[in-house]
Amino acid sequence: MSAETMNAGTMTAGSIEGIRSAIATGETTATAVTEIFQARIAGEDQRIHAFLSVDRDFALAQAARIDALAAKGEPLPKLAGVPFGIKDVLTLEGFTATAGSKILDGYRPPYTATAVKKLAESGAIFLGKLNCDEFAMGSSNENSAYGPVHNPHDLERVPGGSSGGSAAAVAAGMAVATLGTDTGGSIRQPASFCGVVGVLPTYGRVSRYGLIAFASSLDRIGPFAATVRDAATVLGVMAGHDVMDATSSPLPVPDYTAELDKFAEQGVKGMKLGVPAEYFAEGLDEEVRAAVEGGIEKLRAGGAEIRKISLPHTRYAIPTYYVIATAEASSNLARFDGVRYGLRAPQSDTLAAMYRRTRDLGFGAEVKRRILLGTYVLSHGYYDAYYKKAQQVRRLLTDDFLQAFREVDAIVTPTAPTAAFKIGEKSDDPVAMYLADIYTVTASLAGICGVSVPCGKTRAGLPIGMQILGRHFDEATMFRVGQAVERL
Amino acid sequence: MPEMERVSLDDVRRVAELGNLELTAEEESRMRRDLNAILDYVAQLGELDTARVEPMAQVSEVLEGAAERLSVLRDDVPRPCLEREVVMAAAPETDGVFFKVPKVIER
Repeated sequence: MSAETMNAGTMTAGSIEGIRSAIATGETTATAVTEIFQARIAGEDQRIHAFLSVDRDFALAQAARIDALAAKGEPLPKLAGVPFGIKDVLTLEGFTATAGSKILDGYRPPYTATAVKKLAESGAIFLGKLNCDEFAMGSSNENSAYGPVHNPHDLERVPGGSSGGSAAAVAAGMAVATLGTDTGGSIRQPASFCGVVGVLPTYGRVSRYGLIAFASSLDRIGPFAATVRDAATVLGVMAGHDVMDATSSPLPVPDYTAELDKFAEQGVKGMKLGVPAEYFAEGLDEEVRAAVEGGIEKLRAGGAEIRKISLPHTRYAIPTYYVIATAEASSNLARFDGVRYGLRAPQSDTLAAMYRRTRDLGFGAEVKRRILLGTYVLSHGYYDAYYKKAQQVRRLLTDDFLQAFREVDAIVTPTAPTAAFKIGEKSDDPVAMYLADIYTVTASLAGICGVSVPCGKTRAGLPIGMQILGRHFDEATMFRVGQAVERL
Repeated sequence: MPEMERVSLDDVRRVAELGNLELTAEEESRMRRDLNAILDYVAQLGELDTARVEPMAQVSEVLEGAAERLSVLRDDVPRPCLEREVVMAAAPETDGVFFKVPKVIER
């Protein structure tokens, strides 16, 4: 297969297995694949701005190692020759990790995140690091200190956030798969806005070692890809226990693609799927509603039993999330003080003044807002009223899901209340921006898994995503429904 | 504007000091506006009676068999950590052994 036919065929279909087998049989080389994607970045990314850094030679050296294996006829690892991009809140030795913030401008971490390392050990090629909202705080990617990402489907619109670069890179064909992070919706919502698949794994499924922390009880790392199958393949590689993250689970990792094969014929036949009334209430865009309800009807036609369910505390999820996430952020972001890495404000007379000036120069408005809010809700006299209260409501929200999963195998909802909005549309109103996460923060608080799968487009051609939520550590069931949605 | 403002300008200044943030006058007034808008929205949590609800800090608390899953602490044996020079290479100011900072106590 020539580079041109690969370009038009296998790779735009987003097939990890296709690339690996084409390299194994000598139809192409990892170097040729890498060069095609590097050329796409050179051609496309001036308009989209998904990448914050690229390293041509690093990727070509990785590709050469795969080609050497293939030339010797040795078995190729699972992700051999597959071009990836990595969100810039994850560390990868040899690359900068800015977290989208000026305070980490030029910072080169001396170690690699476990999830990233596992991809490398499975033959992945790293094209570069991806743009995101500063410290993963945002729903539109407009909070990046390095400028916004543009949605490949409409350059005047946001790609979603905070993993906007990760979603846009896959949507624009600049990477086969990418890693993002999701604290309140930051993988699923941009996947929905960009028309790709984005996975929130169960809390504890993937090690967080090497993730620049935002809110540690909520942060998760997950893959983006063009198909459910590719996303499942990548998750299978990333998942598992890690001695460097005490919250990572020792539960065995299933073979997700084998599980998908097992249900290829059967689809969703015989499954019980829950549709929560609260996710179809006021505020849901009519075109999004029509697409998601249409998708649900097709799942019913595919043999699933559709049950109306209630998750009664849903309306309290956003306020709960913004108390807990900002409280944890105010603590996590205390480490950025100009002492050990990153920016230091020049010419301060005292240590205290240096801390303040560094943080003033280095942090953007949304990060400051969240540090202030988090500090406020944890401060003397407000702890019980805000922080403890939010932790109590977090349990009620989680119990809603545990209750629902006693009667259904998975839950289907819209991923976001609207399709991608315009750049600048909500950037002056924090509460309006927070509401973009209204259907995603619930799973974040409960720790369950979720995936956004494309399920149609608006009349204007903007992608719409369906969210599928699964039980703790039941990604396999969630992928099974996702694959059925893909085939609707 | 709500009848009683939750967050005053003084509150913003106090919290900024706790969070080691230096805000301009313009930032202070914008943050006052934003924090009040967000906390007005958060106030709806008060509708729920949570007197008998245990706070949830971690997802692991609600998993079945949580006790076993929590016992993931590694053996307490020394292991190599990052090399000093690698760490110091990223520092804004260092003498190669220590991080250098401006003076801590004003005299």
